[in-house]
Order: sequence, then structure tokens, then C-alpha cells
Amino acid sequence: MHRGPFGEQQARRLLWRAGFGPRPGQAAKLAGLGLDRAVRSLTHPAATRLTGPAPKDDEGAPLAPRDVWGHDHLWWLDRMVRTEAPLVERMTLVWHDWFATSKGGGPTQTMMLRQNALLRRHAFGSFEDLALEITRDPAMLLWLNGTANSKWSPNENYARELQELFCLGADQGYTEHDVREIARALTGFRNDWGGAGPSRFRYDPTLHDARAKRIYGRRGRWGWQDAVKLVVGHRDHPAFLVHKLWGAFIPTPPPPASARGLERLYTRGGRRVRPLVEAILRHPHLYDADRRMTKPPVVQAAGMLRATGRGIDTDAWAWICDLAGQLLFAPPNVSGWDERRWLDTATFRARWLMATRICEPAALDPKDKPDVPSEPAALVARALRFWGDPPLSATTRAGLERYAAGALAAAHAGWEREQFPVLVVNALRMLIAVTPDELTS
Amino acid sequence: MSHDPHCCHEHGRAARAGAGLPAVERGMPAPAGTGLSRRSLLLRSAGLALAVYGGGRVGGVGVFEEGVARAAAGPAGSVLLSVFLDGGIDALSVLAPVGDPEYRRLRPKLALSEGQGTPFAEDPRLAWHPAAAGLAGLHAEGKLTVLPAVGYAHPDQSHFTSRHFWEVGALQTGLNTGWMGRLLDRIGTPDNPLQGVSLGGQLSPALAAGANPVAAVDDAADAGFWTPGTWSAPADGIVGAFTAIGRGHLRAGDPAVAQAARAAAFAGTVSTALQPLGKDGKPVAAPPVAYPQSADDFPQRLAGFAAMLAAGLPIRCATITAPGAYDTHANQAATLPKHLQLTTDALVAFQRDLEARGLADRVLTLVWSEFGRRAEENDSGTDHGAAGVGFVMGTRASGRMIGEFPGLAKLDEDGNVRATSDFRGLYGALAGDWFGVDPGAVLPDAAGIGRPVVLK
Repeated sequence: MHRGPFGEQQARRLLWRAGFGPRPGQAAKLAGLGLDRAVRSLTHPAATRLTGPAPKDDEGAPLAPRDVWGHDHLWWLDRMVRTEAPLVERMTLVWHDWFATSKGGGPTQTMMLRQNALLRRHAFGSFEDLALEITRDPAMLLWLNGTANSKWSPNENYARELQELFCLGADQGYTEHDVREIARALTGFRNDWGGAGPSRFRYDPTLHDARAKRIYGRRGRWGWQDAVKLVVGHRDHPAFLVHKLWGAFIPTPPPPASARGLERLYTRGGRRVRPLVEAILRHPHLYDADRRMTKPPVVQAAGMLRATGRGIDTDAWAWICDLAGQLLFAPPNVSGWDERRWLDTATFRARWLMATRICEPAALDPKDKPDVPSEPAALVARALRFWGDPPLSATTRAGLERYAAGALAAAHAGWEREQFPVLVVNALRMLIAVTPDELTS
Repeated sequence: MSHDPHCCHEHGRAARAGAGLPAVERGMPAPAGTGLSRRSLLLRSAGLALAVYGGGRVGGVGVFEEGVARAAAGPAGSVLLSVFLDGGIDALSVLAPVGDPEYRRLRPKLALSEGQGTPFAEDPRLAWHPAAAGLAGLHAEGKLTVLPAVGYAHPDQSHFTSRHFWEVGALQTGLNTGWMGRLLDRIGTPDNPLQGVSLGGQLSPALAAGANPVAAVDDAADAGFWTPGTWSAPADGIVGAFTAIGRGHLRAGDPAVAQAARAAAFAGTVSTALQPLGKDGKPVAAPPVAYPQSADDFPQRLAGFAAMLAAGLPIRCATITAPGAYDTHANQAATLPKHLQLTTDALVAFQRDLEARGLADRVLTLVWSEFGRRAEENDSGTDHGAAGVGFVMGTRASGRMIGEFPGLAKLDEDGNVRATSDFRGLYGALAGDWFGVDPGAVLPDAAGIGRPVVLK
């Protein structure tokens, strides 16, 4: 339990980790609630409505998330920007990353949106219910070949990843034999193939291998629900779940005592997720200044839009987030995005492109003779205001001021002395967006 | 020539979509008094000018461009490109054991039909998949070393664990530097991020170095930093400003801050070095050979890589992921040939490109996958297996098989093909014989594993 101060800085951290960053004034407001009520306001949102302008594409038309490439991404990004319940969206993203399903592996955008609704419904609920539902979700059934798994030719794909990636961890408490036996228990799902693609996903007992299986040393005529419950009931599962869920919010592993406490909370609380999330969000490590996390690309994109009051008004957010390494509904593989490797020289440039999309329409034009200061420190302060006054380290601030001073010193002609301060504010807005301070939270 | 800065504003708008930073914007006021000096360095072989910004009052990028320039001016080093076939390609499809008596029993649906595929000259039991005909051609020319059953003892059937082993070059789950990264710590320098390049948006874990910087390049012809609403001297200083801020945080104790700092510190260097190659996604010159046309970036990225080498950029190690997913649990016959064909054709084009540019003797290409697939099919696909197939391509490759095909009669306890060569031995041979680095300095397990002959 975090007993230190819960001021604007901590509230800002909480909003980045449990949502998509603050709207103007939101961090101060949240800080006013105190830690407990602040966390509770996120885990028990009063409203789930979307506020702000409806999203549109480059042509000004409404989005077509089921049909047009990238519009599924824009549709969800818009929810992240406009939601009044940011943690619901953030948990949906956590589950998308956890049960990472990609439309690149067969599911249509319509199926992905249906899975997205499932994940959102189960954002804070019972993990066992979520695991059962995702097992028979059409997008997942296609993605990990659940409907290619029959009693005549068992397919191990889902059985392996259910244990390795979703519930237990690689080589944690199961054997290759368990993989094969669970694959047999999971047989029975099928779908039809027509001109319009896959349809009629269903369970068909005639495809199920009803013979006995031995799973984790227990023999029985296990069916698909038994198999999922055996995996979620495995004694190594709570530790796996606690570490993975913790890792979505805090970059360093939980202290052993905290981990044990969270495991107890999970097993005694009916495998419900909400109490765990609340405990993690109140943990002192979440507020530790030295435990920063890189903002995932969609989180930074949504955060920039929230901070500047913009909505989705261009298709570009799909390809720019893709360049930055995170196209929604298309994680790189079944293990999800690699959160340890968001930033390199290529994805840094993609973050720069994100900032150009925000800054360009708002750029100050020297022709309008905007009132800007003439001192480097004041110019930095002016540019910071554009992003909602995020805090900066001394190193970064000094670097920005050095840049501003150098650019101002280069002004000799009359037009240069008049225009450079304005140009410098525009440049500083861009530079701030890609500082290590702003790329992390 | 107009000195009205608004013309440059418009110029910036025009460049918006590609967001390229123009090298020298026409109509720009001269950067008088900024202290910015531009030097041009004529790079080896291509005659392309690498713009080098000196450390002026606004710029201050200096040292890293100098690092690239210094590395480029030295003798041209050997290069290794690592091509990853993601998902575990079915080795028994690439080199099908058509002459093995067990083959048609284990693969009733997926087996090649009689007479399909070119026989593999070094083992008449095997035949090349028709989609891999290009590799058969390179093998016939003596430019392809084949590892028909490469892997390691006690194979792990997890994609991520097995891939990790290959990336770090050891059977250690906790190792967090890549084998090429450690190689670059030996042969590279602390100021040349181009020495290790991921071709694609994300840095490959294999290139994760302990000390020296590496880079990721999404598109060699589109690496600029256009800034809205800024021109003249304030625009000239921007790359230098984020570079300097990144450098200021390089020693941060927080890993997230340090990673962001590295990205910021080296992105400008990479951008500057790539400027001669193209702008807004348009390369300045077409490759000397035709690459396959595809919606996938793979052929274009290989072409861009050949151009980067031809421009004299000081690259030693590079990585790329091949098109498609090879995790063919189902519908293997529908997806594998398509991806294999594009991968193979693009690799052959890349080899021809290197030969046409006179670079072929400097470059080896390693092709690998995290594992092979189960010998017995599962209806329309195959599940995870053990030993897989690997290649080393290049004019300097030995062209002689490493290990042998062990046959399908002696599978392991999980029904998987046994390995007859170890990837760590292959890495040791590449480190020692191609880069002249003691394998023991790079690979923790080098001492216990024999080094195959990989070069002519």
C-alpha cells in the first residue's frame, strides 16, 4: 500500500499506467480524491460513455471498423481517447495482449471486434470465466486452430499456448504429454467455410474425443470446460497470473511478500481480477519515480489526443501506430507485444510522426504574430503548456533550453528575430513529445 | 531564389505525408551565423555523399556522425545477414525426404507428389520443394550450405523459448544479450549504430548488444525528421537537439529511460547516414536486378539493404524476418508454398544484387527458424517439432552440407526429427571464421561444441 504523497505527479502516473494519460486538469482532480478513492474511481467507473467528437476518417466519413483496413484500429483508439472509463479500455488492451489474437491469422475484423467486446465485458471479472469464453471465441478458435482440432487429428496449437502463454508459463508445471492430452480434451469445435469466410462456430460432440485422458496426473473423460478449469486450477497458475498482471502496470517483479499476498487475494477471491488490479494500483512500486515504463504506442497516441483535446480525424493513426510497433488487432504473434522493446531508432521516428500529426494543425504561424516570449526558459514553458504541462527532468529541460538559445542566437536579419521565437515554440512542442521523459511514464 | 520563409513552410507541408526532412531545402535562407558546417564525405564504392554535420552551436550532433564516418572510412568488413523464418518452418517440406520409406506414411496429405521437386544433390533421399527451386539453383552453383537437421539437444517446443535460444546463441532462458550483439561488442565501436541493423520496425533481440549501439531501419529511403511549423536555423538544429537530449540520458539507471535515450541519441545519426539513399520512400537508384513484386516489404527491404552496403555504410550484422508465418498447424499446403516462394525468390534476387554490385564476397546470409515441425502431420498441418532446416548463402559459403538428414525411422520420443548439427556450432564457425572473433568470447557454450566448416 502506497503511503507516500498522492499529488498531481502520482495521479499523472496512475492515469498513464491505468489509462491513457490525463485530459487537461484531470490529474489535479484525481489527486484531490486521495489514493483510495482515485483507484476506486478507475475500477468502479461511474460512466462508461464516450465524450467528445465522433471519430471520422480522412474523408470526414464515419469509420467502418468491420470492413476497412485500419478502421478497427481507429475505432478502438477512439474509445481510448474519449472514454470516461479509461481502466476498462486499458484492461481490454491488457487482455488483448494476453490472449493475443491477430486478424493476420484468419479472423475477420468483425470477429476481432466481437472478441474485443468479450474482453471488455470481462475486463475485471473472473479469470476462469474469461478463459472459458476466450476458448470458444470464434476469432481464437480460428487463430489457434481450435476448429481444426478433432478426435481424428488432434491439433496441439491452443492446448500448448493455453498453458505456456495464457495460464502457466513456459515449462511451468506441465509436460508435452499434458499438451497432447489437453488437445484431445479440447476437441469438438467446428465451423463452416462459405463464400463469405468462416461462419457457424459451434461445439459438435461427434467431433469430440470422449475417451479418458490423463491431465496433470488426473484421469478422466475430460471435456473442453474441464480442461480449461484444470489449467486455471493448476497450483502454478496464481503465481503466473499475478506476475503477468503485475507486469502490465509495474516494470519490476513484485516483491515476494507482495506476490504471495496477491496470490492469496486471487485464489480466495474466486479468481476475480478487480481486487488484484486495485491492490497493484495502490502498491508503492507503482509510484516509484525510478520505475518508469515506456508508454505503449497506442497509449501515447491516445494520450496525445486526450491532452490536446483532439479526436480521431485521420486514418494516419493506423499506419503510424503500426510503424511504432502496435497495430491493434494485429499483435506480432500469440505472445503479444514485446513491452521491453518498444523503442529503437525506427520506432522513435514513428513516435516523431505521431507528434507531427498533433502539432501540424496546431502550429503557430509567424504571420499571425502570436505573442510568444523571447527567453529560452519561457519558450520551453510555453511549449510545455501545449501538452498539459507534463513534468520534465532537469537534464531534458536544460537540453531544450540549450536548443532554444542556440536557435535564437542564430537570428540576425529582422525577419529572423521576429519569427524564430515562434518557430522555436513549434519545434519545442515536437521535441518535448519525444524526450525520454514523455516516451515513458 | 526567394528568401520568403513562407515558401519553406509550404515546402514542409508538401513533404508532410512522407515526413522526410529535406537535406537542403531549396529557397532556404543561408544558415548564416549558426555555426553549422556541412562536410561531405565521399563514401567508398557508390560515390554517394554522406552529409556530416559538424558540431555547431545549433547542431551539436557531431560525434556520432563522426563515428559512422570513421567506421565507413576503414577497411570494408565482412557482413552477416540473419533471416528468420518465423513460426518454425516445416523442414520436411523444404527438403522433402521423398526417398525415405516412412515419409508417405507420416505425410499422407502433405507429401510432395511423385516426381515433384529437384533432387538434393548431396542426399538423394531429399528433394527441394518446387517453391524453393531458387535455393536449389544456388546450391548447384556452390553458394548454399545446407543444414538439413539443425537444432540442439533436449529441444524445446515453445516458439518463444526456442527462438530465444537461437537469438541469444545459448540454451539459457535468462541471457538478455543477443549473439550478434555480443559479436558487435567485440568488432564494433561505441559510436556507430549502423554496425548492427534490424531491417524492419523493431530491433531484433539477436542484435541486443551489451555495450555498442545498434539500429532499426524501417525504410532506408524514408528516414527523415520533418518538423511542422519550423524552418531555417530553428529547423536545422532539431535533430541535434533530440540527439543531445538522448545522449544526456544514456547513463540513466532506469532501463525504460535508457532505452528511450538510446533511440533518441542514435535515430538522428541513422537518419543522416541514410539521407543519400532516398527521400519520402523513394530510393535514389533502382537496384541492378529485379526483385519479386509483393505487398510484403521483404524484397524491398533486402534491396534497400544491398543499397546501404553499396553506399559504404559501415554495417557488420543485420537481421530481417521473412514474409509469412510458418506456424502451419493447419492449411499448410495452402500457405507454406506461397511464403516459401516469395522468401526464396527474394533471397536469390538479393544474392544476385550483391553479385552485380561486386559485394558478394563480403556478405553471408544465414537463414534459420526456431524449430522444425512434427514428422507426422495432423490432418491439414503439422505441430511443433525439433530439428529444422538452415542455410548459409553466399559466394564464400562452403556449399557443403553440415550434418546429415537423420531419416524418419529414428525419431525422438516426441515423434520429432533429431538434430545432426547444433546452431551454436554454426554460430561459432561464423564468429571465428567469418568475423575472426574467438567463439568462446561470444558464445558461452562454444567450448563443448564442434565448429563445422562453413566457408570455402
